[in-house]
Amino acid sequence: MPPLDLAGFSVLLLLFTAALSPFLSRWERFLIPLAFSLATLASFTAVLAGFLTLLHGTNAAAAIALGLPGLPFNLRLDPLAGFFLVVIGLLSTFVSIYSIGYVRGYLGHRPVTPLVLFYLLFLAGMLMVVLADDAYFFLLSWELMAAASYFLVMFEDERAENRRAAYIYLLVAHVGAIAILLSFGVMAGLASGFDRFDGYTFDAMRSARLSPEWAAAAFFLAFFGFSAKAGVIPLHVWLPEAHPVAPSNVSALMSGVMLKTSIYGMVRVAFDLIRDFPWWWGGIVLVFGLLSAVLGVLYALMQHDLKRLLAYHSVENIGIILIGLGLAMIFTSFHFPALAALALVAALYHTLNHALFKGLLFMGAGAVIHATHERNMEEMGGLIHLLPWTSALFLIGCVSISGLPPFNGFVSEWLTFQAFLLSPELPHPLLKLLVPLGAALLALTGALAAACFVKAFGVTFLGAWRGHRKATRIHEVGLSMRLGMALAAASCLALGVLPTYVIGWMDIIPERLFGGQIASSAGKFGWMWLTPYSHERASYSGPVVFCGILAVVAVAYLLLHVRGAAIRRAPLWDCGFERITPRMQYTANAFAMPIRRIFGFLFAIREEVEILSPRNHAVTAERFHYRLRIRDRFWNWLYTPLAVAAFWIARWVGKLQQGRIQVYLLYSFVTLIVLLAFLG
Amino acid sequence: MSNALVVQLNMLLAALILLTSFALLVQRRIFAILHIFAWQGFFLGLSTAIIGYATGVHHLYVSSLLTLGMKVVLLPYILYKLIHKLKIHREIESMINTPATMMVGIALVIFSYHLTAPIRQLSSLMTRSTLALALATVMLGLLMMVTRRHAVSQIMGFLAMENGLFFAATSATYGMPMVVELGVALDLLIAAFIFGIFFFHINTTFDSLDVEQMAKLKETD
Repeated sequence: MPPLDLAGFSVLLLLFTAALSPFLSRWERFLIPLAFSLATLASFTAVLAGFLTLLHGTNAAAAIALGLPGLPFNLRLDPLAGFFLVVIGLLSTFVSIYSIGYVRGYLGHRPVTPLVLFYLLFLAGMLMVVLADDAYFFLLSWELMAAASYFLVMFEDERAENRRAAYIYLLVAHVGAIAILLSFGVMAGLASGFDRFDGYTFDAMRSARLSPEWAAAAFFLAFFGFSAKAGVIPLHVWLPEAHPVAPSNVSALMSGVMLKTSIYGMVRVAFDLIRDFPWWWGGIVLVFGLLSAVLGVLYALMQHDLKRLLAYHSVENIGIILIGLGLAMIFTSFHFPALAALALVAALYHTLNHALFKGLLFMGAGAVIHATHERNMEEMGGLIHLLPWTSALFLIGCVSISGLPPFNGFVSEWLTFQAFLLSPELPHPLLKLLVPLGAALLALTGALAAACFVKAFGVTFLGAWRGHRKATRIHEVGLSMRLGMALAAASCLALGVLPTYVIGWMDIIPERLFGGQIASSAGKFGWMWLTPYSHERASYSGPVVFCGILAVVAVAYLLLHVRGAAIRRAPLWDCGFERITPRMQYTANAFAMPIRRIFGFLFAIREEVEILSPRNHAVTAERFHYRLRIRDRFWNWLYTPLAVAAFWIARWVGKLQQGRIQVYLLYSFVTLIVLLAFLG
Repeated sequence: MSNALVVQLNMLLAALILLTSFALLVQRRIFAILHIFAWQGFFLGLSTAIIGYATGVHHLYVSSLLTLGMKVVLLPYILYKLIHKLKIHREIESMINTPATMMVGIALVIFSYHLTAPIRQLSSLMTRSTLALALATVMLGLLMMVTRRHAVSQIMGFLAMENGLFFAATSATYGMPMVVELGVALDLLIAAFIFGIFFFHINTTFDSLDVEQMAKLKETD
């Protein structure tokens, strides 16, 4: 079966299952395994379709006579679309398996049919976005994706917090969609003239000759629109609101793959539709990427809601992907195809990696919340004994996202670094300044991310239970949830150990887009060694590092366990204090304190210590209340003024509406007189 | 009748129509407004008949009869009944600044003359000089709607506006086609019924026909 048919089958299967699910709403116990199994099958078919496309380098197109008369839907499956099909399909396969167990947890609490229905529509929307080959179908799919995910965020709609988050999400998504629409409008209009419609296909846009100003307008409108969806700073505010309140399988998909559709959109618009651009476009993308990466990780460090922390890390990782993308654009504009291919492969590799480890982490967070009914990590602790599987898998996610070998996060971040380190060949003085700074900031990001996940893992899983409730009723999650997470973790490891294969498959994308490739140099020394540019400059061997780490771990394990008496469990030494409680453990806030002090100017921090004592003096204190409130400064810098301005204009316009008939009549009267006077 | 006499008579009736328009603009008693409106309709019907006689466009006789029947007899009668039924025949409307309204009205008449000046030069019809007065009648009707607070007088303003339009049609082109005029007459009748229904509803909801009360419907922030 050709790949495009496979992809079409996948979308149709999802839509069919979605159409079926309302009829099975009375048998939810049966609906959940059925729908999510079919979703798994459909997602896996999408992976297959994408992988075959990458493998054979096919480029298939089709037109379906649906939609408006005279405006058929155009589909195309080229290697770029194929790669994103793999990204979307792979994670949704794992998440769909996970969902069988996760969604069952809602049974008896609330009806889950809407969750199933919109989950399927959401998946179908994402696949359709990637397959679309015209602006009309693209935006239709884009809106299907946005609307479905809105309802998923709204799923637990009895809480005001969720409704607010969903509203903000919808608002930002629509502002972004308008910008994308305008961008396509510019390109379509200049492709065919503004009096005809046939410029709406991507083919017409590819062949259009845009003047530099219009091309810049089209690109930056698209960049703005896609950034709003991707959560690039400063358009990121919806992300830490919406991701925590959505069901965890949905947050895994939203963070893991929905954000990636906007990366797809950026690559498509920049490298495929416009193609010819000056270097400063890439520079701007690079700057926004750096900003998102550094600020995203700093904000993440301040969070103690597990899912909110992960949401801010999505901002950071989108930033890292944008760094790669920006470098690729800069290299392309200076005609360094091999370097551009390296940067683009790094960006796309990180896209795939982030989808997997962020999906894994959100699934892990979902498992923790599922087991403890708690989102605040200050109320957790010691879960490694209660949830051994979840904690091991979560740890793999943490190591991957921190960019440590042998997992996949390391490979893509390392490739991004290589792209940075090869940049001194660039001929522009401003770039010579920007690039070392960028490399330094990327290094800082990596270090801070590692610190953040030491905190996340340490506080949540290590130590002793901090919660007010007893931790006796916490059990390990079910088989399907563990299986979903384990598959994601295994993929993280595979992508980290065998990067040469992956790069070999991905190589066709830069080759088709701008004629650059790196596989011949990257895989020169076989599958063992990854040498992205030349072996004199840098090389990495996933298998060797993996074996080395395994050997060290094995030796350490043997040394500890070969003598039975080496490990002894004993009560903790309490320094003579006699009453140690779990509340005295190192907290997440305490862990982040040094960084909060250094980077405090970036946050709106309000710290209060209240001393409860008879004489109101610290000497006689009985209890202390410590309150810490950290807000995103962008709320005050950008969004509050915008909201105030919007309301001010609305009130001002509202003054026209006096509610008195005479005034309305007067408007008509004055209009009539003015028109007669000037046109008569 | 000679043409000069027809033109003179027509000018006289046009002047009377304008006079009634100004009277409508400043009259404060509901019943007096009704009477003035009936008189305006009478002058209009008469003028239409004279033009029909002078030009030999015989369907204007039908228009004239329709005007007399509708605007002198039927509509005033309906409104009279309504006013009695709603017990508002003794009401005196408070008005904002009568002299200023008059001044605006005069300005509108001058403005209409200014507007129709090019048409007067181009046209060869014997009624061409009354076009400005017809336009002024339309505008004065609209001005009446803007300045009045009572629902009934607003409707009278609307009907006066319609009179002005009818007059403009006669003076600009010797009347609209028969079918159109019949349609307009029917519309007017139906409009009167709808007004009646609305009056009842406004009156029962607000205990008054003062449209200022309707400002309460606006949501406040």
